Parts: sequence; structure tokens; C-alpha cells
Amino acid sequence: MPDLAVVHGRSPSFYAVFDRKEDGDPGQTHYCPGCGHGILTKLLAEAIDALGIQDRTVLVSPVGCSVFGYEYLDVGNIQAAHGRAPAVATAVKRSRPDSIVISYQGDGDLAAIGTAEIIHAANRGEAITVIFVNNAIYGMTGGQMAPTTLVGERSTTTPWGRDPTVHGYPIRVCELLATLEAPVHIERVGLGSNRQIMAAARAVRRAIDNQVRGLGFSVVEVLSPCPTIWGLDPVEAQTFVRDTMPRTFPLGILRDRTATAVPRPPLPSPPDPAELPGILGLDGATAGTTGGRAGGPRHAGADHRIVAAGFGGQGVQVLGEVLAEAGLSAGYHVAWLPSYGPQMRSGTSNCHVRLCGGAVDSPLVSRPTALVALNQPSLRAFLPRMEPGTLVLFNADAVPPDGLPRGLRIGAVPATAIADRLGSPRAANMVMLGALLEATGMLAPGVVEATLQRMVTDPAWRDLDLAALRAGQRAARRALPATCLHRTAILGAPGPPGPGPRPS
Amino acid sequence: MGAQLIKGNEAVVKAALLAGCRGFYGYPITPASEITESAARYLPLVGGVFVQAESEVAAINMLYGGAAAGVRVMTASSGPGISLMQEGFSYLAGAELPCVVVDMMRGGPGLGSIGPEQADYFQIVKGGGHGSYRNLVLAPASVQELVDLTVLAFDLADRYRNPVVVLADGSVGQMMEPAAFPAPRPVPEPPPWAILGTAATRTNLVNSIHLDPDRLERHVRTLEAKYRRAEQREPRWDGWRTEDAEVVLVGYGMAGRVLRAAVEAARRRGIRAGLLRPLTLYPFPTAEIRRLAATVRAFGVVEMSTGQLIEDVRLALEGRRPVELHTRLGGNIPTTEEVLDFVAEKLAGAGAGLEVPAHA
Amino acid sequence: MERTIDRGTVVIGIDECKGCGLCVQACPPRVLRLSAQLNRHGYHPAEYTGSGCTACGICYYVCPEPGGVTVFRREAA
Repeated sequence: MPDLAVVHGRSPSFYAVFDRKEDGDPGQTHYCPGCGHGILTKLLAEAIDALGIQDRTVLVSPVGCSVFGYEYLDVGNIQAAHGRAPAVATAVKRSRPDSIVISYQGDGDLAAIGTAEIIHAANRGEAITVIFVNNAIYGMTGGQMAPTTLVGERSTTTPWGRDPTVHGYPIRVCELLATLEAPVHIERVGLGSNRQIMAAARAVRRAIDNQVRGLGFSVVEVLSPCPTIWGLDPVEAQTFVRDTMPRTFPLGILRDRTATAVPRPPLPSPPDPAELPGILGLDGATAGTTGGRAGGPRHAGADHRIVAAGFGGQGVQVLGEVLAEAGLSAGYHVAWLPSYGPQMRSGTSNCHVRLCGGAVDSPLVSRPTALVALNQPSLRAFLPRMEPGTLVLFNADAVPPDGLPRGLRIGAVPATAIADRLGSPRAANMVMLGALLEATGMLAPGVVEATLQRMVTDPAWRDLDLAALRAGQRAARRALPATCLHRTAILGAPGPPGPGPRPS
Repeated sequence: MGAQLIKGNEAVVKAALLAGCRGFYGYPITPASEITESAARYLPLVGGVFVQAESEVAAINMLYGGAAAGVRVMTASSGPGISLMQEGFSYLAGAELPCVVVDMMRGGPGLGSIGPEQADYFQIVKGGGHGSYRNLVLAPASVQELVDLTVLAFDLADRYRNPVVVLADGSVGQMMEPAAFPAPRPVPEPPPWAILGTAATRTNLVNSIHLDPDRLERHVRTLEAKYRRAEQREPRWDGWRTEDAEVVLVGYGMAGRVLRAAVEAARRRGIRAGLLRPLTLYPFPTAEIRRLAATVRAFGVVEMSTGQLIEDVRLALEGRRPVELHTRLGGNIPTTEEVLDFVAEKLAGAGAGLEVPAHA
Repeated sequence: MERTIDRGTVVIGIDECKGCGLCVQACPPRVLRLSAQLNRHGYHPAEYTGSGCTACGICYYVCPEPGGVTVFRREAA
């Protein structure tokens, strides 16, 4: 007797029994008689077998009739939200580069609600394989118009047929994606005849093999029958795919760069966790390392609340940051809050700095002890909230004669002019900082100089900033009225004692 | 170990990486953009994955994929972006995937402003997506807490297989304060349910669809039991001078921080004030508020939204004590002075007729 | 009775078959048909007429069910 050998039979990439199905017979799929999904799932299984990648395969199935892929294919399965499979697949593939990630999507999913996700996954050249089932209709929800519904085709939401003047034209996804540089393989096939089905089998296998070879983004659009919703018998539906759909969606390869595509380089091997503090610039600030700086008890009762303000580009933020950094070095509890949000908006750049003896209750300065105003608009903007006794340092030759509240300790420092003479008007912020230090005595100038040495890496700028800082101190001594130089007068009420709260 | 002066939005990324986060998927939005920028800079240096997504919708679904692949993953956004992510929150919770989302809240509704607000409370704490699920929600008030609670967020996310949100108003991310960081942790082994594209994980399934009524009911009951467990174990708060308080202020994040100064100021005026600052907004420190109600005459809620947090305080109190509300909006942060006025005007005499046992 | 030995044969998974008829239409030698009988799902399943199969496998590919069709090839004795 001659022997019989199976040449085409149930793929081992299918579960033997579909016991993930929640209803219906576990021996059958949920697909309708003659459904293209069934055929395509089979082609997919056969490709997985042929490439020997069942263990490595991760199938992402979003919403639509494709949602139940996980009931049939014995591979890693992730069910995804409507349209989002390419985003989900992106992260799976990038997280596990050795996996073979297949995004299996219908036309509503991919071409309507998931348009952004597919275009951008393709544009990034994600090394995934997308199988796009185009049956020109919403199947699972019962026959509404799809973005690929043909002109004139009836659906439950185009009861008189798709009218391009009302509903637009069917979207040709492959042509759209072929405008992008990154995809390596874009192909449209059909399930409308024996010949088409065999071509589809080859295309699916190739699109997956591209991924196995480490190439980039591959997509196969599959024109697919939906006899139930179309109201045709399975053979008529197949004929419709063969004869009618390609008039709108021409079959063929729209992109093949597989010969020249360069595989994405593998991720560099990760560093040892012990190296992380160094990589993150946290040496001295992580548990188990030494160094760094910490607030100490040296300034009990101190509460400096500084607002610095000026035009963008005048270095107001840097002024605040240097102040906070130096404050931390000197043992203060500090906080620095940059211009942010309307309560600090004055058409200028500004920041709030607090240097406190105890934990900083709020980084927001509602009642400053000192205002450093680098221009007239910011002086005007902040004056209304200044209380009597507040120190105000203004960048000018003279204090404006009009409109100032009484009781301020206000003085002018020609910071821009001083900085300009030193080499650049952009160092005016450091002149003002020097004046502030001189007026308040809140920080030893040496601490601030050491901070500048550390923060400013460019030697020319560092020298300029240091010179500006010193010039600001001299200018304050020379030019500020005596009321501005009463150092202890601006110490505020003590802040709350003890270290800041920490979570349990 | 010392501390480093660092911006909140940068600290959150460094804390995440030290906690073993190796996937960040984000879309820029003020005032959370520096988080995405820091992630772009540091993730590649530690062997992690960074993708700038095409939208917040894509970003949260990338989290779904990364989490399904067994990686500690994170994203960050602010109000408008967080609204777009709500679909993903529901799927992540439904599929029981852990992830950490930072919401640096800004003013709303709509485009609102980029200033700090706390008006995402309902959306995040009560759940802005569909279905019976909760986010676990942590509320830092300082850069140090941002660090500590971000690390905790990853642990809670894994422990409960659920999204955890670090919820802060934008100013917390914008400010610079000294912070100390934990020692780096090795990247955790992928959990057994993850899908790695390997033989050992081939039969795993990440899924949120259960069409059979009994199956879905069982699944949601499982989630429910998980949330009840969290309610028992996870409430965290910072209590300040509540032992002898006759009025207690309740606020979180930046507002809560201002309240601490207000408590001190009120006490200087002779009002025995205390502070309850929730560090977890879900689960809410309900039991602690009930405990305080035994000895506290009245509660004052201060929030940067029009009365969202106050609902949880009222639910906890079940009408036992009066609750007054002070709010600031639009990017304004309450000041110590105005809170002091609120305490003096609304709270000092409130609940006077109620039976309150004498303090021990 | 003498006849040539067929190259192949085909087995229909009767209880998987949904009677869509695509295999009947696709079969190049036209050796498949829908049965007059109903299967347990109420479909007329496809059946092999009993001779003429070339083991080309087309029926396998057009069938939407994973195990709906199994094609055997006769190997030399």
C-alpha cells in the first residue's frame, strides 16, 4: 500500500482546541462561513510555522473581528484598544527586540480610529509586521461604513451608498504609507481567487521574514471578503474581492526596500546599576554614596524670600539658581521656582527663591523680603505687592522718581552698564546678585564664588561672572543708600522647624 | 549621602530610573515637557527605551505594550494630555498591567492655562476612563517627595498590577529643591505573566475582554478585591500638629504645603490648627480623618480646584463635622496669609455646638 | 475494476466545516462538493467525491477554518 502523508493540514501554531473562546464550539473559529479572517489567520499560522518562530511571536489584536486572534493562535497574545495596536506593538518590539511582533488590524481599526498610530509606527520604521485586513466595512459592529468602503457601496451608515461628496473617498492605506521613507515593504494582496490567495500567502510570509531578518516596517494589506455583512454568499463575496475591489485598491508591491534596508542596531548592553548615579549626575546624592550638600542648622530663624525679575535673556533664572545652589552649600533649606503660571506673569521672566533656616513651607513667594528688578517693567509689576521694609534693588543709574510706594528700602545699581564695561551686558545678573549679597549678607561671597566656579564651565564666562559679582558688591557699598544695607533688618519670621515631611 | 538641588521634572525621571524603570513613552506638554526631555536624554544611557509618541493616546498604549512585555514603564503629561490617556488607563487597569503616569496638573477646563491647578482630581482619583477600576494616586508636595513617591509608585504598580498616578500641580515639577535619591535598584525580573516572545511565556495572554457575563463579573470582582486590599494597606498621609487640634486643614501637594505654614501662623493667633496632608489620594486616608473627627471640631479643605478633594473629606466624615472650603484657581497658589484668613473667618468658630470630647 | 491511483486525497473536518463552499469552487479538478447531509452545526459540509484529488492544496488555503481541510499526498510505495 502506498503511504499517505499530510501535505496541508492544521498548523501547530493553532491551539488544538479553542478553549479561550467564551461561547460557541471550541472546535471552530467564531468567523462566519467564507470569512477572509479565517483564511488569513491560516496564512499567518503557516508563515509562523515555516519561519520557525512560534515561540518568539507576539500577536497584537485590537478591536474588530480581529480581536479574537488570541483564541486561535498559540503564540504570545496581547489584546489592544481600538486602533492602538501599532503603539502597543512598538513598545513590545522595542522592549523585547528578539520577539516577532505582528499587529493584526481591520480597516476601521487601522484606517479610521488608528490612523495616527499606523502612520507614525510606519514613519518611525518600527521593525514590526502589520497585517491589514480590508473588507471595506465594519464587520463586528454590524456593517457601518469603513474608511475603505467603496464609492456607492451601501452600509448601515451609508444607506443610499457611499457618496464621495458627503462621505469622502475610500482611503488607500498602502499608497498613503508609501509616501513615507521608513517602511521597507508595503504590499496589497487579495483573497479573491486561488491565485490571489497564494500571492497573499507569500506576501504575509515575506512581511514576517523581513522582521526575522531585522529589517524595518512591513505592512500587507489584504482585500478580504465579508460575505455576511455584504449580503453575498461566500463565493459571490470572493468574486467581489477578485473583480471589484482591486479597481479601487490595486494589487501589488508598493514598496520593496528589503534589499537595501539596514537592520536597526541592537540596544547597547545596559550599564551595571551601580553606575547609574554617575550616569544620572547624582554622585553624592544617592543612598550609599558620599558627597553632595545638605541643609544644616546654621541659619536658624532665617527666611529670605527673594523675587528676581527682568526681561527674558537677562539671566534672571540663572541668578536665582546660583542663589539657591549657593544657599544649599551654605546650609540653608532652599527652593527655586521659575516663571511659571499666571500668578508670576508680568510680561517678564522671573523666579522665586527661598533660603530658610527650616523646611521651606512654600516655594511661592507671596511676600518677598527682597526684589531684584533687572528692568523697569518688572519693577512696576512687582511693586504693588511689596510691603514696607522690603529691599528693592533696581538695575538703573537712578531710582525712578515717581509712583513708588512708601517705606521700601530701594536702591539703584547700574548693573547693565557695569557688566558692559567688564565685557558683556549679559553679566548684569551677577552684578545684581553681588549687590544683593552685599545688601543682605545672607551668604558669604566666597560661597557664591565657589558655586559659580562649579556651575559655570566656560572659563571666559566664569571669569566675567566672578568679576561682575565682585563689581556688584562694590557698587552696592558705594551707591546704595544706608537703608538698603541694614543686613539684619530683612530677616523675616522663623519658618516651621524641623526637616521637611517625608512620605511614610 | 547629601542632597542635590534639582528640578522636580528632572528628579522624577532620575528617581524612576533608579527604581528600575526602563521604558518611557511620552508626548510633550507644558508643564510636564521637561520630564519627557529628561527621559529622552537618560533612558538610552541606561539601556532603556524612549519613544516620543505621536499623541498621548499612543503614549499610554505604548505603556500598555511595554508593561505587557514586562518592563517598568512610565509616561508624564498634564491635563489635556491626561484626558486623552483615559482610554489607556481603563485598558491597563482591565488587563492588570502596572505602569506609572505622572500628571503635572495645569489649569483647565479645555486649554485652560499652563499654571498650576489641582483640578484633575476627579479625573484621576475617581477614574476618567470607563468601567469599574481605580488608579492608585500619590500626591507629592516637594521635589524630595516627588523622588520618594515615584519610587513607591513603581512598587505599588507591580504589587497591585495597576496604573499608579503621581499627581502634582505643575509647580511641583517646575521648582528646584534639594533632593536625596535612593540607591539604584537592579532592573526587576519580568513578572511571570509578561509576554516576552519566548517559549516560556508563549501561553500568556494580556487581555481585557470577557464577553461572558459571569467571567467579566468574576474579573471585576477580582479587581474590586484588589482595591479593597489597597484601601486597607496603602493609605499614607502627613499629619502635622493634629494631636491637640480643634480645626484640621486638609490639602495635598502644593496647597497642602502652604497649609503647614498656615497651621503655624494660626497657632500663633491662638487657633489650635492641625494639618492632614494626604500622600495617597486613592486610597484616601479615610480612617485617619474619621479618627480625627473624634476630637476635631471642624475641617477646612484647601485646594486648587472648585471642590473636588472636599468630596472625599465629606465622604470620610459622613456629616459628623462641618467642612469648609477655600479654593484658588487659574494658576494661583493659595498663600499662607489667605489661608490664615480662611481659618480665622470660617473655621475658628465652626462646629462650636458639636459634642467633642476633651483632648487627652 | 481498474483505475489510476490518485496523487492525493482530502479529508474534510466535518464538524469544523461551515459549508461556505469556497473549497468546492476552488478545487481545480472539481472533486469536492457540499454534502446532502447536515453536520451538527446545521451546515452542509464539504465532502470529497472520492477520486481525482491531486493534492494541490488549494482547498486547504481557501478554507477559513484551521482544521477544515487536510490534504494528503500519496507517496511512492
